[in-house]
Amino acid sequence: MTSIWKNYRFLILRRITQIGLMLFYVGGNYWGWNFIQGNLSSSSLFGIIPLSDPFAALQMFSAGAVMSANLIFGALIITMVYMVIGGRVFCSWVCPVNMITDAANFLRRKLNFNQIEKKQPASRNTRYWVVALSLVLSYILGVTAFEFISPISITHRAIIFGLGLGWAAMLVIFLFDLFILKNGWCGHICPLGGFYSIVGKVGLIRVDHDEEKCTVCMKCKEVCPESQVLFMVGKESLQVLSGECTNCGRCIEVCDDDALNFSIRKLAKEKSKNENN
Amino acid sequence: MVSERRRFILGTARALGIAALSGLVWSAYVDEVTSNKLILRPPGAINEEDFLATCIKCGMCVEACPFDTLSLAKPGSNKPLGTPYFEPRDVACAMCPDIPCVPVCPTGALDITKVTTNNELNINLAKMGVAIVDTKNCIAYWGIQCDACYRACPLMDKAIYLEYEKNERTGKHAFLKPIVDSDVCTGCGLCEHACVTKEAAIIILPREVALGKVGDHYIKGWDKKDEARLKNAHSETTTTELSKDRAVDSLNDMGGLLDD
Repeated sequence: MTSIWKNYRFLILRRITQIGLMLFYVGGNYWGWNFIQGNLSSSSLFGIIPLSDPFAALQMFSAGAVMSANLIFGALIITMVYMVIGGRVFCSWVCPVNMITDAANFLRRKLNFNQIEKKQPASRNTRYWVVALSLVLSYILGVTAFEFISPISITHRAIIFGLGLGWAAMLVIFLFDLFILKNGWCGHICPLGGFYSIVGKVGLIRVDHDEEKCTVCMKCKEVCPESQVLFMVGKESLQVLSGECTNCGRCIEVCDDDALNFSIRKLAKEKSKNENN
Repeated sequence: MVSERRRFILGTARALGIAALSGLVWSAYVDEVTSNKLILRPPGAINEEDFLATCIKCGMCVEACPFDTLSLAKPGSNKPLGTPYFEPRDVACAMCPDIPCVPVCPTGALDITKVTTNNELNINLAKMGVAIVDTKNCIAYWGIQCDACYRACPLMDKAIYLEYEKNERTGKHAFLKPIVDSDVCTGCGLCEHACVTKEAAIIILPREVALGKVGDHYIKGWDKKDEARLKNAHSETTTTELSKDRAVDSLNDMGGLLDD
């Protein structure tokens, strides 16, 4: 029992936050709970505090909408929270699509697809192009372009407000990640993840690698959805500073050598001091 | 050997190509769903073009609606995904006096000032759509007595009134014909919901779809207020070959019209 907890503690906590949050939203819609109402695009916490998706707000700005104070305030709150805890914490701890792509990734590992398709034919920088394209199209079409097709919104709306053909979007993402591209949606295309990667660059909670304890088993890189951020494993004792790290904590759980742990970001001065010593 | 420069140029061209292709498909889809002009929005909605840019699709209005009138557009419904709408034949707007759906909107896509007079909410100002009567399929226009829509209307005798007319066919009965005053009608759809025919003979359409527009050149000369619209009228003169001569000269020119 303790080993299950040790090996899956962050995974379990992540599923609890993801599912729990969706449950509160569903309660907000169907049973009038006022803890959190709305959905991941925009919500109201305790019926007073506004929360808004900053990427959606950015698209609205680009589309030429009149921005309400409520919306700007809500987007700022969310941006600041993720600036502190790491932008892509949204991806691994909140976003319901994460459960779909994690399931596809799990199957990929179990079925050894990763051994067959070793090379991934797409760049992980695609998402930044999609961020730019979202904003350009929003400007040209005068609508929030990504919000019109976002499988993330389709999924959380399907959970909170009823399904429609939403299952098709979920299935497509699952199959895409399973057969076409490893970490295809979350790791290559999703512009929301790209946006939060940029926001989270300055995040304070960072995974820290201790090279001296590392036995180079590479379990962490096997399980990591953004394995490029772990480039230092077995080479150098560094913090994972890439904004693309989702702080999911899977690498920490699978490490048998205690070579990876959450830490608070070291400030640049301290770091250079350590290097000088 | 492939030079670094060629690799870079090819890589950039490839990225641009993919961006152009996906941009095209993407905008084609957005164009397709936004071309549906028959969607009825909640009370206080700003004009459709701005609405599509401003609505964040959070569903707060849907959650606030106590009658489950509003829904968010789902995939496959051919409406802009996630935007709120209602279909009055299923559930009409109940025109709540406290309008719970509007103040909760975080972005102003539902504009509270559109349903406010003298700092008080007034649902009668809502302009969700307008009721249109299909007079050929309305049984009241046949002479059968039915006033379902008239009775259902929350603004009875204002938004829908009955016009009495003698039924010449029987010689002893009256028509009670429902007529909609589009200035007053809010488009709540209670009439469409109440209509007894198999397909409703009175339906709600978005105002931009159903209503005409006079323009600035026709004025109700008997109405002082209406004359104010003349200020916006622009004057445009058309010049053709005939304009060279004065109009009177043109009238006096008999050339070729009379036998010599």
